[in-house]
Amino acid sequence: MTAERWITVALGFSIVASIGLVVTYLLGGQAQVEGMLLAVALGGLGAALVIWAASLLDAKPESEEVHPLASPQTAREAAWETLSPDEITRRGFLLRLMAGAVAALAAALAIPALSLGPQPGRALFRTDWQGGARLVGADGEPVRVADLGLEAVRTVFPEGHVGSPDAQTLLIRVRPGDLALPDGRADWAPEGCVAYSKVCTHAGCPVGLYRAEDHALLCPCHQSTFDVLRGAVPTFGPATRPLPQLPLSVDADGYLVATGDFAEPVGPSFWNMTHADEAED
Amino acid sequence: MLRWFDDRLGLASFARSGLRKVFPDHWTFLLGEIALFCFVVLLLTGIFLTLFYVPDGTPVTYEGPYLPLHGQQVSAAYRSVLELSFEVQAGLVMRQVHHWAALVFLAAITVHMLRIFFTGAFRRPRELNWLVGIGLLTLALAMGITGYSLPDDLLSGTGLRILYSAALSIPFVGPYLAFLLFGGEFPTETIVSRLFVFHVMLLPALLIGGILTHLAILWRQKHTQWPGPGRTEHNVVGKPFWPSQVLKSTGLMLLTAAVLALMGGLLQINPIWTYGPFDATTVSAPAQPDWYVGWLDGALRLFPPFEPTILGITIPSPFIPGVLIPAAAFTVMALWPFIEARLTHDRADHQLLERPRDAPLRSAIGVTGLTFFVILTLAAGNDVAAIIFNVPVETLTNALRVAIVVVPPLAGLLTWRICRELRRRDVERAAGKRGGSVRLRRNAEGGFEEIEQ
Repeated sequence: MTAERWITVALGFSIVASIGLVVTYLLGGQAQVEGMLLAVALGGLGAALVIWAASLLDAKPESEEVHPLASPQTAREAAWETLSPDEITRRGFLLRLMAGAVAALAAALAIPALSLGPQPGRALFRTDWQGGARLVGADGEPVRVADLGLEAVRTVFPEGHVGSPDAQTLLIRVRPGDLALPDGRADWAPEGCVAYSKVCTHAGCPVGLYRAEDHALLCPCHQSTFDVLRGAVPTFGPATRPLPQLPLSVDADGYLVATGDFAEPVGPSFWNMTHADEAED
Repeated sequence: MLRWFDDRLGLASFARSGLRKVFPDHWTFLLGEIALFCFVVLLLTGIFLTLFYVPDGTPVTYEGPYLPLHGQQVSAAYRSVLELSFEVQAGLVMRQVHHWAALVFLAAITVHMLRIFFTGAFRRPRELNWLVGIGLLTLALAMGITGYSLPDDLLSGTGLRILYSAALSIPFVGPYLAFLLFGGEFPTETIVSRLFVFHVMLLPALLIGGILTHLAILWRQKHTQWPGPGRTEHNVVGKPFWPSQVLKSTGLMLLTAAVLALMGGLLQINPIWTYGPFDATTVSAPAQPDWYVGWLDGALRLFPPFEPTILGITIPSPFIPGVLIPAAAFTVMALWPFIEARLTHDRADHQLLERPRDAPLRSAIGVTGLTFFVILTLAAGNDVAAIIFNVPVETLTNALRVAIVVVPPLAGLLTWRICRELRRRDVERAAGKRGGSVRLRRNAEGGFEEIEQ
């Protein structure tokens, strides 16, 4: 087949496919058909052009000289002299003052960028948890110890703050005897109910996976792994800090309550995180 | 008509020389063109999407035709993307073509850059365009990340969260910077509207300006070329811009668009309705980003648990792999032409490309960097690979931690040896040592060729 023929066929297909696209649209549309017809419509036209270029053009290779782009020294000097006439260059003081004014103006104009966000203040150091706050599930219902079977895992929030991104907490019930919590936390896990921040201390993803056989919490983002029995210390992956533990107790009606906020900032680290007392409100 | 314009603009001689401009003919020269054509497809489909997308993080109740999400709280942005996918006619094809075009855009840029690197096309006088190219790569990555996050689905929200944590990790300025970028502590409702402004206004404006600069510099400096008969360091041999190159390039543009249309029509991509809307308390597992971000995610996964506090200043663990290593990688890439010129003392203008073997050191360093990138990209899939190969993810991660330190230098060393060996053979062949039975003769073009006995 000659090149003309091929081009004719390609263009013919392209036209038919374009008409098909219109028809498909009018009939209500269908993604796969639209994709294929569009491919044929574009491809037919493209193929026609490529065949045309390859077969019907008699383009002989040509050679073009490439000269260095650098201007002659005299032209450079002339350009520089034009750029820096004496009337401007000799007024050094005014020039410097001008530069200072421009810099000051630039800073003044950049300042409104601060409107883009609030000062961090103490936001990174605290969550919505406070002493006496009941633990509620995603449905807002408070959680009773009796509701939790062994190895049960629940995502809980402070009452009135369901869905709170930095207060999200994992509540897990284990055998009290298995727990080996750090010193001073003996009474933080009544009846084996232990609660840790769900925000990964590495890059802040929800620590969404629980491996019951070795009581490990896993973050699906970067595979940081935390030991639930030992105060959620990291055992694998890039995280270096344990998940902060929420101190719990049981109130008179049998509901789980927090006895305070997390002792450390939750989530990913930041440079001044050890300076909780210095951050202003 | 033409006279009317020329009377007013006087462009005839300029047009004539422009139309005769010479374009060297080699398939590797098409890689950059493919990137350009992907960008054209991205602009056209992107304009369509912009007309339907709602950049609004406000929660609304979904009541559209996709029943599994019926009655769920989603953001207005997420709802608008569902509408685009299920209710706007041709919307799904446009969305999928746009996403595929973005993936191919970044891939074409990457391969184009590798071609420029391994052939030494960045050497003087083209260092400037190499720098513009690095800027374009950075902008394209930013376009990818901002665009990918616009649907406000669970997967992209997780990506944004990691981005926030990386910003937060920068010493001294991190918390302020993260709060300024996101408008407060993550997650915020304002972030999608900000990403939208970046994705459809600021970044495209910069990208278009950058691409035009890239092409203008190319036009001014002319193309490089492979060595061959009649080709020297002071000329460029090829076909004229018009009609040959115009027809061929326009054809290639349409063929690129055709392939993207086929992919967008037949290959499902980013089905956000299966991921669900963003919810700060849930996460999907496994969670993989688009391919071009994989290396950054992989670096975060492989980095050891290292978070020193020095004089009360904590260096958060995402800082080194998430901020410092990428910044260093881009700095070295940007400065490479100058580093190489200093190492080789080669400060002459070049028109002729080199084969990778002709510059063993450059090739070795390029392969080292490429291997580093590939291993990090693989590491971003360590959880998926662990499931496929039924190996504990810990074992796989530890193996990759060793590999990222050991394999890239070895690959570089191997490349260096191979380049040297290939060059030695070239020299031997040219000298006719191969069994002593090779004879050379000068051919009509002025080159040399062997006479087989």
